[in-house]
Amino acid sequence: MDLVLFLTFAIVAVGCAVNLVLQRHPISAAISLIGVMASLAVLYLLLGAEFIAAAQVIVYAGAIMVLFVFVIMLLNAEAERKTGRSLVARYIGIPSLVLFLSLLGVLIHALYPSAERASFGGFTGGTPQNVGRLLFTRYLLPFEATSALILIAIVGAVWLARKEAGE
Amino acid sequence: MTFFVITLIKAALWAAAILLSLLYLQWIERKVIAHVQLRLGPSRVGPHGLLQPLADVMKLLLKEDLTPAGAHKFLYLLAPFLAVSLALVPVVVLPFGPEVEVFGVRTALHLADLNIGVLFLLAVTSLGVYGTALAGWASNSKYALLGALRSSAQMISYELPMAIAVVAPLLLANTLSLQGLAEAQGGYYGGWIPRWNVFQLPAPQIFGCVIFLISGFAETNRVPFDLPEAENELVAGFHTEYSSLKFASFFMAEYANMITSCAFATVLFFGAWQPLWPEAKGSGYFPTLLFGLAGLVALYHGLHPARPKDRITLPVVALAFFGLAAVFLIPVVRPVLLPVFWFVLKAGSLLFTFMWVRATLPRFRYDQLMAFTWKFLFPVAMVNLLATGLLVAVYGK
Repeated sequence: MDLVLFLTFAIVAVGCAVNLVLQRHPISAAISLIGVMASLAVLYLLLGAEFIAAAQVIVYAGAIMVLFVFVIMLLNAEAERKTGRSLVARYIGIPSLVLFLSLLGVLIHALYPSAERASFGGFTGGTPQNVGRLLFTRYLLPFEATSALILIAIVGAVWLARKEAGE
Repeated sequence: MTFFVITLIKAALWAAAILLSLLYLQWIERKVIAHVQLRLGPSRVGPHGLLQPLADVMKLLLKEDLTPAGAHKFLYLLAPFLAVSLALVPVVVLPFGPEVEVFGVRTALHLADLNIGVLFLLAVTSLGVYGTALAGWASNSKYALLGALRSSAQMISYELPMAIAVVAPLLLANTLSLQGLAEAQGGYYGGWIPRWNVFQLPAPQIFGCVIFLISGFAETNRVPFDLPEAENELVAGFHTEYSSLKFASFFMAEYANMITSCAFATVLFFGAWQPLWPEAKGSGYFPTLLFGLAGLVALYHGLHPARPKDRITLPVVALAFFGLAAVFLIPVVRPVLLPVFWFVLKAGSLLFTFMWVRATLPRFRYDQLMAFTWKFLFPVAMVNLLATGLLVAVYGK
């Protein structure tokens, strides 16, 4: 059951990701990205990370992507035209992608040789209580630093967006 | 195996109940608004217009299904589907009652008790905005696009105070599971005052409740925040170009969202299925009393008829009410019906408030709407949360 669900949503995630690149219209691409986010959330859920799954949907699909779609609609972006692909992309693109992925695999294997394989139902520490406890004890400093960073970004955005006094 | 069978039965029951209430909620709303405005409302199809929803469904089914020129075909189809399915999903986690034993089988009344129930609800409702936004954009129409833009902006803005208002009762209950939330609100102060979160010490959530309900009005695009479909400016807003069953889907989604909001408020602030006063003091006989009284009123008017035909129809109505009253006395079904009765009574009162507000209040202006949430609702929700946190930390649970 777990394996079937995993395969289904993994295929959906990869399919949506490929579609995201192939689509010419920004809105279609954004919808594909939402598909990727949602299926990733299901994969997190299968691995026992319930809180992360819910946060994934609320934050990415429910907030960030809504803003993306909103901005695309507001700008009324048109479908992009296909231009002549560069020769580099056509002939070296896929081989270099394969090379990159295999290098990544080798590197991860070399760095963590004794890493256990993830198994369905093997991890149960993904409840909100566990995540909250870790966030407020062990990872308090990174957590607060991130909060401060986001606050700075918000203030910066407001400052950049405000009208000049003379205008 | 029994688990699957029971879950299937429960799913079928709840699905039927929700779809039926969607159908009739619209009739109730038209009646309520009509009576508030001293009109009769639907009264031609069936007695008191009771068959009006069925007639409406037939009409919508038989209408021509149009797709406007230049519409984005796929998204135009996807939008109503998304809207209605995302609006119906939250029913899965709503706690209608405690674990009960029916015919020797022990089961909970709800379909699923997730330990991230509240987050699940927030996640699903936050996705609901796509139905509206995509509908407006894919229609290739100015009015629809403007409606969708307004709706997205409004829903994003009001999600903030709503989410913060939700957090405060969670602090009191110390859980994210809706079932746990409902159970944490059991018991009574001094034997009479229920320990619902609106009354719960040390931090009664009166403000939180009001903030949640106001945001609920905005999230469901209802009056006084129905700018996305302001008919005198935007024809019908985001669903201007939709007809037939696709239009019906948006209609259903709006009512399903209303039900979800009211049910969520019931769970968060009004103790879900917990009765208004203790079972030991006879709250279990309240439904019987209520329906019995309604039956008596009907019977009285049947015996003193205003119109000749009342002599026959009203006693029949009285009989139906007496039958309902009797059903609540059958020991086998009591443990199931009583919690559901209290849940439906509370959620129904909130739904009535939604209709009442729609019949009474005028529409906001757009800038007022935005200023209201960002400059007033959000800070108040924040203060409420901080105060709750402080009180819970000082006085504990």
